[in-house]
This record gives sequence, structure tokens and C-alpha cells, in this order.
Amino acid sequence: MSDPILRLDGVYTNIAQYHILQGVDLEVPRGAVTMLLGRNGVGKTTTLRTVIGHWRAHKGTVTFDGEDITRKPTPAIARAGLGFVPEDMGVFADLTVEENMVLAAVSGPIDSARLDWVFTIFPPLKTFWKSEAGTLSGGQKQMLSIARVMIEDRKLYLIDEPTKGLAPAIITTMARALKDLKEQGASILLVEQNFAVAKALGDTANVMDDGRMIWSGQMAELATNAALQEQLMGLSLDAH
Amino acid sequence: MMATVLSGDLPRSRVLALILLAILICLALAPFLFPGVRTVDTAARICIFIVLVASYDLLLGYGGIVSFAHTMFFGIGAYGVALASTHMGRGFDAIFVGATAGAVLAAALALLIGLFSLRVRAIFFAMITLAVASAVAVLVSQMSGLTGGEDGLTFKIPRELGPAFKFGDRFMGVKLNGKLLAYYFVFFGALILFLLMLRVVNSPFGRVLQAIRENDFRAEAIGYRVVYYRVAATCLSAAAAALAGSLYAVWLRYVGPDTSLSMEIMIDILLMVVIGGMGTMYGAVIGATLFVIAQNYLQNLMGAASGMFEGLPVLPDLLSADRWLLWLGVLFILSVYFFPTGVVGRLRHGK
Repeated sequence: MSDPILRLDGVYTNIAQYHILQGVDLEVPRGAVTMLLGRNGVGKTTTLRTVIGHWRAHKGTVTFDGEDITRKPTPAIARAGLGFVPEDMGVFADLTVEENMVLAAVSGPIDSARLDWVFTIFPPLKTFWKSEAGTLSGGQKQMLSIARVMIEDRKLYLIDEPTKGLAPAIITTMARALKDLKEQGASILLVEQNFAVAKALGDTANVMDDGRMIWSGQMAELATNAALQEQLMGLSLDAH
Repeated sequence: MMATVLSGDLPRSRVLALILLAILICLALAPFLFPGVRTVDTAARICIFIVLVASYDLLLGYGGIVSFAHTMFFGIGAYGVALASTHMGRGFDAIFVGATAGAVLAAALALLIGLFSLRVRAIFFAMITLAVASAVAVLVSQMSGLTGGEDGLTFKIPRELGPAFKFGDRFMGVKLNGKLLAYYFVFFGALILFLLMLRVVNSPFGRVLQAIRENDFRAEAIGYRVVYYRVAATCLSAAAAALAGSLYAVWLRYVGPDTSLSMEIMIDILLMVVIGGMGTMYGAVIGATLFVIAQNYLQNLMGAASGMFEGLPVLPDLLSADRWLLWLGVLFILSVYFFPTGVVGRLRHGK
């Protein structure tokens, strides 16, 4: 088995006086979709934000593509090939869709073939190409948010709850987009509460509780074992 | 053609385009349309304040950075020209050297302040700029041997820009002399600087700056070094403010703490940016024009209004020319209330 694209070893992260991550261990294999699951407030978003460098791990190491990035500044981590989609989308509302996309292509001009591919996945972005991102609907903003990381080939995609608060039709579009990305051989670390999406996309799964990783294994195993779901997350995911 | 000159940033509102065009024509032909010392002086001030306010908008409106040292940079440019002209003698070379030195010094000082304070939080930058600006203002007042202290410096500009220089008789009733050339020196200087700033904010650099203003963490997560962009914006803005100061010095042939370094000018700049509309550049044109005209003519207008209501109770007192500052304040409160996104924001988006 090849070395993982991302590895967290005993990562502790504090936010102000709160000890959010308390020794997180995680391996994200290359070319697969890794699900990060758990109840609200267990540290999933903090894990992603620690990887990208928004929060600093005060103990432990984060290794990305064989390099220790624990103390690296966020822009350097991003330029090393890590694309991050935050939970709050983070679109630049005053800029047009085009300007948002141009900004996201940090390594140079947008590749037209890649842009066409993005347009086939998210047709509304082509329609509203010259519109200010602030005027888009919630679903379209989420499309833009994901399209921004897809516009360039990244070594790893960190995606935080891409279907949160979206209408079912948009969730289907999102799931299809992530599936397309997966089929291209992308490595993805995905936080997702929608179990149908998680089950359809996930290769491996990691379950967190109280700032720690309490289970790691195959997504298929977790998806078919209601007792395990009940034990790990206090609920049966099939009910959701 | 027009889109190229305006760096693709068109007014995007017919009314706004007409207003901007009217301002441009009035300023371009001010000596001929409104002959008179005071009107031409007002037009020159509008030109200079458009540059100064636009440079502040680059910082506040596009970068989201609050600075209280903008008049300090303005003053550095003004004193640069004054000192160079005093020590090198009158001449365009002195203006060039003074303006360049002022812009470089302003940018260097902005770099220093930015590197120390923008790494942490933007609010520290605001606090530090306030402290540094106050210190520099005191320093300039105290170093009377060099700066002329509170009295300031009166200096000579090239003969070609003075009223004694004549290059023709009259044209449309206007004397063709150096003062006319000085006005066009200021007008074209301001126009070039404004178009350059328009280019900066519409460049990829400007887009990143806007992205940082909206969501700095997101911009970092894409791969942009926020501190680098903020410091660069601060330096550019400081250099542009210094060049505006140089134009002001050339126009007045005098610099002093009150005309180029005072906190009152800083507050005026803030008001002009807010009234015109932040993050629009064209807001600087509208804000500076409205403000400078109000500053220069509201007192006269009120004096006339007071005279009209003579004999009536209360009204003449209320409209007395002495109360012009009160009414200026009322006008600003009303403009902020009715145009929360500035005049340009209102005209572009109708909100």
C-alpha cells in the first residue's frame, strides 16, 4: 500500500481555552474518498482547519505528501496542492463568478478544458459567469465554492459538509460532482452528515468523538452495520 | 477604448456616468467655464482631493484597512516638494525630486508600519497609524529649522507655473499665464494618478485585495499571503497620497501643518469616502466634489438664505452663515442615512 497523502499523528488543537482535538490520528489514502464522521461538535471541522493551518496544532504532526506541514503558513499549505472548501462556502460576494474562479486558479490562467468540465458539472456557473457571487442562491454559492477547488488539479481536497442546508435536487448535483472528482482519481477528505452521500462516495471512514478518532475502517462496513453506527455515533445512519 | 482607459471598470449606471462626465468636463474646463480665483482654486482642490480620497479608498474600500495616517503621507509628499524647491531652487527638477522622495519615503514608512502591525490584526494598524501620525505632526511643528514649524514653508515653483509667466494674450476672456498652466499641471497629474489607481484596483492584485477584505482566511486557504497584499496596498496607497500632497504643494506654493497634516483633513477624507461610496473609486470623485464644494460655498449659500428670510423669527439665525458647519454636519448625517452604500452604491445597485 502506498504512503498516505495526509497523515495526522497525535494532533492536539486548542481554540482559546477549549481543548478541541485531543490526540487525533488519521490517515488519508491516495486516490480515495475518506469520510470523516461524527456528531456535531466532536472536532471534524477543527481537524480540517488544523490541516489547512487555520488553527495550529500545539502538539502532534500533520504530514502532507511526505512533508511536515504542522508549522507551515496556510498559503504555503494551499499552494502545496491542498484545496479546501469550508463549511460556510466562503465565496467572495462582491466579485463575479469569473473573478472567484480566476482567483482560485493560483498556479496560472484557467485551463479551458478543465473549465468546460466544471461547467458540465455545474451549468449555473456558466449562466451566471459575469454575475456577482453575492447574488447567487445558496446552492449556486456552494457549487461555486466546490468549483473553485476543482478548477485546478489538487493533490488533496478537504471538503467540509458540502450538502449542508441544500435542497435535495442540489444535493444530487453535489454528489454527482464529487463522484466525478473521485472518478478522476482525486484524493478527498470529506466531512458529510448526509448518510446517503457518505455511503455512495466513501471508501474509508473515520469516526470522531470528543476530539479523538474512535473508529477507522471501510465505509461499506460501517454502512451495513447498524449496531456499529449506534455504538459509534449513538444513532442509526439508515434512519437519516 | 473607454473601457481600456477605465481598466474595464465602467460606471455601470447611466446617471452615474452622466454625473462623472459632467464633473470631468467641469474640471477640465474650469478656468474657462468658471473664471475667477476662488472657483479655479476650488476646482484644483477637488482634483487633488479626488486623488487623496481614491488612495484612501484603495486602502479602506478595497483592502478593508483603517488608517489614520493618510494625511501624514499626504504631508510627506507636500513637504517633499517644499523642501526640495527650497533647497534646490525653483524648477521642475526640484518638484520631481521632492515628489519622488516624498512618495518613496511615504511608501517606506507605510511598509515599516504595515510589517509591524498588519501581521497581527487590522485594528492594531489603525492604532499605530494614529500614534505615528500624531507624532509626525508634532515633530513637524517642532522642527521649525527644517519645516518652518507652525508657520510652514513658502517656496517658489517654476516660473512657468506662476502668474507672472505669460504665453499669450487672452483666450475666451481668460489670461493665458502660468497659473493656468499650474491648474492643468494639477488636473492632468490628478487624472493620471486616478486612472493608475483604477488600474490597480481592477488588476489581479486588486481582486485579491477585495477577496482578502471579504474573507481573509478564505483568501489564505486559496494560497494568497494576506500580509503581503495588505502591506503592498498600504505602500501603494501611501505613495499615491504623497503624490497628491506634492500636487497640493505645487498649487498652494506653501505647506504647513494645518494644510497638509491635520487630523481635520483625515476626518474630511473619511467623510468623502463614505459619502461617495467605499470600494468604488468613482465614489472618491463624487465624495470629493460634493465635500469640497460644500466646504467652499455652503457658507455663502447660507448667508444668502439668511438674508432672504430677514424679518422672520428664528430662521435667519438658524440659517446664519456662522452656522454653516452645523448644516454641513446635518447634510452628512442625511447623506449617510439615505445613501448607506454611498452615492455610487445607491446609483449602481439602488440601495
